[in-house]
Amino acid sequence: MIEFVQQLINGLSLGAIYALIALGYTMVYGVLRFINFAHGDVFMVGAFAGLYVAPLVMRFSNGGPSWTGMFVILIFAMMICAILGIVIEKLAYRPLRNRPRLTVLITAIGVSLFLENFGQYAFGVDPQSFPDLIGDHAIDIPAWCGPFTDLTIMVSQVLVFAVTLFLLIALRFIVTKTKLGTAMRALSVNPTATSLMGVNNDVVISFTFGLGSALAGAAGILISIQQPSIDPLMGLQPGIKAFVAAVLGGIGNIPGAAMGGLLLGVIETLVVGYSDVLHIPPGYRDAVAFFLLILILLFKPTGLLGRVEREKV
Amino acid sequence: MRITFLPILLAALALGGVSGLAQDEITVGEFASMSGGSASFGQSSHNGTALAVEEINDGGGVLGKKIDLITEDDRSMSGEPSTIVHKLISQDHVIAVLGEVASSKSLEAAPICQENHIPMISPASTNAKVTQVGDYIFRVCFIDPFQGKVMAKFALSKGWTRVALLTDVKQDYSVGLADAFQAAFTAGGGTIVKDQEYSTGDKDFRAQLTSIKAAHPNAIFIPGYYAEVALIARQARQFGIKAPLLGGDGWVGESLLKVAGHSLDGCFFSNHYSQDDPSPVIQDFVKTYQAKYGTKPDSMAALGYDSAKILADAIKRAGTTDEPALRDAIAATKDFKGVTGDITLDADRNAEKAAVILTIADGGFQFVERVAP
Repeated sequence: MIEFVQQLINGLSLGAIYALIALGYTMVYGVLRFINFAHGDVFMVGAFAGLYVAPLVMRFSNGGPSWTGMFVILIFAMMICAILGIVIEKLAYRPLRNRPRLTVLITAIGVSLFLENFGQYAFGVDPQSFPDLIGDHAIDIPAWCGPFTDLTIMVSQVLVFAVTLFLLIALRFIVTKTKLGTAMRALSVNPTATSLMGVNNDVVISFTFGLGSALAGAAGILISIQQPSIDPLMGLQPGIKAFVAAVLGGIGNIPGAAMGGLLLGVIETLVVGYSDVLHIPPGYRDAVAFFLLILILLFKPTGLLGRVEREKV
Repeated sequence: MRITFLPILLAALALGGVSGLAQDEITVGEFASMSGGSASFGQSSHNGTALAVEEINDGGGVLGKKIDLITEDDRSMSGEPSTIVHKLISQDHVIAVLGEVASSKSLEAAPICQENHIPMISPASTNAKVTQVGDYIFRVCFIDPFQGKVMAKFALSKGWTRVALLTDVKQDYSVGLADAFQAAFTAGGGTIVKDQEYSTGDKDFRAQLTSIKAAHPNAIFIPGYYAEVALIARQARQFGIKAPLLGGDGWVGESLLKVAGHSLDGCFFSNHYSQDDPSPVIQDFVKTYQAKYGTKPDSMAALGYDSAKILADAIKRAGTTDEPALRDAIAATKDFKGVTGDITLDADRNAEKAAVILTIADGGFQFVERVAP
């Protein structure tokens, strides 16, 4: 029983990581109907931005962990990634905006490969150790919890979960309640009409990319605190998983991405943890997760929370 | 076309033959990953090889001739070894080829050397298939199944009879080691209490570790590579798993201890050699290597060094660089005193020699013991 609860916590914590990356994916898609395959690599750049600025910030806490320092580094990495996202959009995607969607998609894959290879050149191929910014440790569970005191929950796991939840709400707020959010939604419905209403589409699209990339930057820092080994190809696997999570939840739908991520994490963890009960080798984890994805999409093609949209002819 | 081409070809062949005979140098080819992803392995093995050649030449060479080492870089890319080994054989007329560390690269070059009847000695390719290519292919390291056996014996000798496995299913290396470990361990009376898997590139191992923890093992055998092992160790300690972790030579990597911190203290792994081994042969080697390159030699450097020394020894014994006398002399290598142990080549052209077991303490590797085959 305790083992099962522990596995559930492991799954939710892994899922929160997918969800955190998926938020940025799904937001950009929701506005621009465009899958930014370079998202996972912006996430990697965020982690390395944190790695290089951490020694400077940690000097103020005598090289030790500090929550304030962590937030400073987090905001710095988000800013670097936002700038990177805006620059990528301006240089690579904007000139192709009126071309077929496939052209932009291929360009996104090109940007992704560029960032990966540039990262290997600039940061080196070998994994590097990410500093422990918050003094990560297991949370002491009070004795009145009975058998649950044996559970292991890390501070960093709770942090990832909390930040994912916070960003989810913040994104909802930005998209639904602010003027820029209204413009974003209008643009996703009809860009021509939006510009006729006096909205500067370039600004809105830049903002969307900046915001999405800042989310990737935040994910880069938080995940590196939890899994402190970073390398230039670290964005590859979580990038794919986050994309799947976004599709699972209904791409373009922000709470859906979070839900998809959590579901994917829990399924993967349970397959690995109970492989001998299920008679599935643990190496088949991804196969099982993706099989379920196909099943869900067969019965609900728009994803769990996605709405059916009619394409205008 | 054919008529004009043939004389040129004949002339080239004749010239090649003449220059080969007239040389007062013995040309030996080396291919290594001097750049690219596995550059740290390739550079180490090259440094070791070059040091051995230098020592041989300073001592008067072999058969009164100096050894001329021609090194080519395969840039850690598949496809390259076959091109450059072709070049070494047909243009440079090497009498033998030394290389590579990565088994996949050695497997590319081996059929070419075999076809041309040029002996090839791999310093560090541990995959069993490499020397199965043919009777001209040798290696100076032990093979994967041996490491698995060594660690199984070690675990049993420590009284750890309940061991969990955590294998990287994407690496033949890891699966091979785990199979060998399991066979030897259960034959010796041990029990595998849990068999878990992960994939290269994974960063979260909490699901596997939770199920391993529930099985209460005395030790966990993780025959993976350093990048994942470091994170596994961290997460295992977070879960309060105190059992020692065991592994193989894949653990050795620059970032292992940086990422793992103190999580790996008191864990054990098998390796080809230890620079802390008190044996005088090794300490002399460490001293000269450090004087030349400024760093301590790792396993790859030691194996590269041994590969060149074994070749020189075989040339001496054969009294010629002609085939098949040289091939036979290499195959007859027996109790050669190398820095990675006393090397005897068996009927399958693999090195029979001891492995060392190292432990991790005080932020470094420490020599524990030498395990004979």
